[in-house]
Amino acid sequence: MKCEHCDNEATVHETTIVKGASVERHLCEACASKTGLGVPQPATQGQITGFVLQAGAGLVIQGGARPVTACPRCLMTFAEFKQHGHLGCADCYVAFESQLLPLIERAHEGGEKHVGKIPRQTLDVRGAGLSTQERLDRMQVLQRELEAAVAAEQYELAAKLRDELRRLVEPAHRGGPAVGES
Amino acid sequence: MRGEGSRDPRSEPLRFEATTEWLRAEGEAADVVLSSRVRLARNLATSPFGLKATRADRLSTLDVCRSRLLQSGIAPRVVWLDVHERNATERNLLVERHLISKPFSRGRSVGGAPAGNDPRGLAFSIPDERLAVMVNEEDHLRIQVVHSGLALEAAWSQADAVDDLLEAGLPYAFSPRLGYLTACPTNLGTGLRMSVMLHLPALRLTGELEKVKRAASDMALAVRGYYGEGSEAAGDLFQLSNQTTLGKAERTILHELATEIIPRIIAYERHARNELLTKRRIAIEDQSHRALALLTNARLLATDEAMQHLSMVRLGVMLGVLPGLDQNRVNQLLLLVQPAHLQLAVGRELDQEQRRAARAQLTRARLLN
Ligand SMILES: [Zn+2]
Ligand SMILES: [Zn+2]
Repeated sequence: MKCEHCDNEATVHETTIVKGASVERHLCEACASKTGLGVPQPATQGQITGFVLQAGAGLVIQGGARPVTACPRCLMTFAEFKQHGHLGCADCYVAFESQLLPLIERAHEGGEKHVGKIPRQTLDVRGAGLSTQERLDRMQVLQRELEAAVAAEQYELAAKLRDELRRLVEPAHRGGPAVGES
Repeated sequence: MRGEGSRDPRSEPLRFEATTEWLRAEGEAADVVLSSRVRLARNLATSPFGLKATRADRLSTLDVCRSRLLQSGIAPRVVWLDVHERNATERNLLVERHLISKPFSRGRSVGGAPAGNDPRGLAFSIPDERLAVMVNEEDHLRIQVVHSGLALEAAWSQADAVDDLLEAGLPYAFSPRLGYLTACPTNLGTGLRMSVMLHLPALRLTGELEKVKRAASDMALAVRGYYGEGSEAAGDLFQLSNQTTLGKAERTILHELATEIIPRIIAYERHARNELLTKRRIAIEDQSHRALALLTNARLLATDEAMQHLSMVRLGVMLGVLPGLDQNRVNQLLLLVQPAHLQLAVGRELDQEQRRAARAQLTRARLLN
């Protein structure tokens, strides 16, 4: 296939979803790097938002035979992650989820799900963002910790745990005076 | 040496107490556990991690975190340092006091070379130095709490409370499924590393140290040397810490370490010490006295050499075969023989040869008076 811009062989192929329809572009290495395709270039804020709106979780850049997924926000590729062992931003965890999960599970000796502390902001404002199962898992952990705290007469800790439990029971509760308690 | 009264730390040289929380060795089981440490890794959802952060990103992270750290009441007195504006000796001083990590002191590597002027900062509590928060390390925030002796519970409670205070004004990167999101997936979940600094001279002498190390790695625990990741164990000092951070609640990790694993290692080391004392008393007396003789007579001392002999002297003091020697003095020396602290004590920069001479002199003076 010929490059859209010149007579060279096209080696970089990009597919983007725009308003539900996929748009393909085929370019040679030289033209691709000129337009910022293939080699992820730092994008402007506007471009990043554009990618998020258009491509959803992962921006797919097809270079040569294998498609390359880049994080839509920081433009990190999975190959880059493998090289450095670090991710580029919080959104990378969404962009590379399927590739990361097996690695994560291995690194944490089978651990694949967070059962620890949850930020108060998440409980208060985005409490509804927790799934029922996530809420139940956390409540179970807290219940066990609460019993242990009471048994050990750690009342300050027990009060703190009870407070977090209450937030999980009432996800809509956004701080301030407790209302609607029966 | 006090940190008091330094209103604008930027324009003044760093001043510190002669001792530090993590080597003071007071409190529970301090004969074996010098200190307990809790570290939390946290990131802002609004800013890229180190690898993808521009200088502008890092300056803005620094700014946001600094104001939160100074305004949220995380400790009665907090000092902020722009680490990139400090010279190498001062940064080494912070490393030796375990207030910052070695990679952090050098700065983020850009194109393979460390960038000393990379924007990064440290907030720490004075005068106790129990709390230290690094900004722009591998993660945006690294919260560390250190308590003397075996005190993981207390250290965790303090770190947890500080985390709550910071979180109330910062947009943490958090996922209900994966927990606190970190630059390296190995810290994902709780972002929690709990560790104890152990002094295990008797287990080394009886040749049982390897067994402990193997048992630790079987339980997914890491054993590191005195200076942390990838370092040798100078002075028979070891850091034992949890490896995995996803799939276990903080209190589960705490419980396993504080009530199951560490007490067993303490008992093991104490048993070995007792065995040495009852079955090889003359040998242990000989070794401690030789170490003391060397430290009080040498004219040139390297850091690791000093630490190794101090370890034997500490064991001798603990076993009562070196009467009249104060344990605190020995603990203090473990810090003072480090290069940056040595230069602080002497009051000027020294080359390596001068340091070895000054180290021998300081050690002699401290142990003989
Ligand atoms: Zn072309
Ligand atoms: Zn990213």
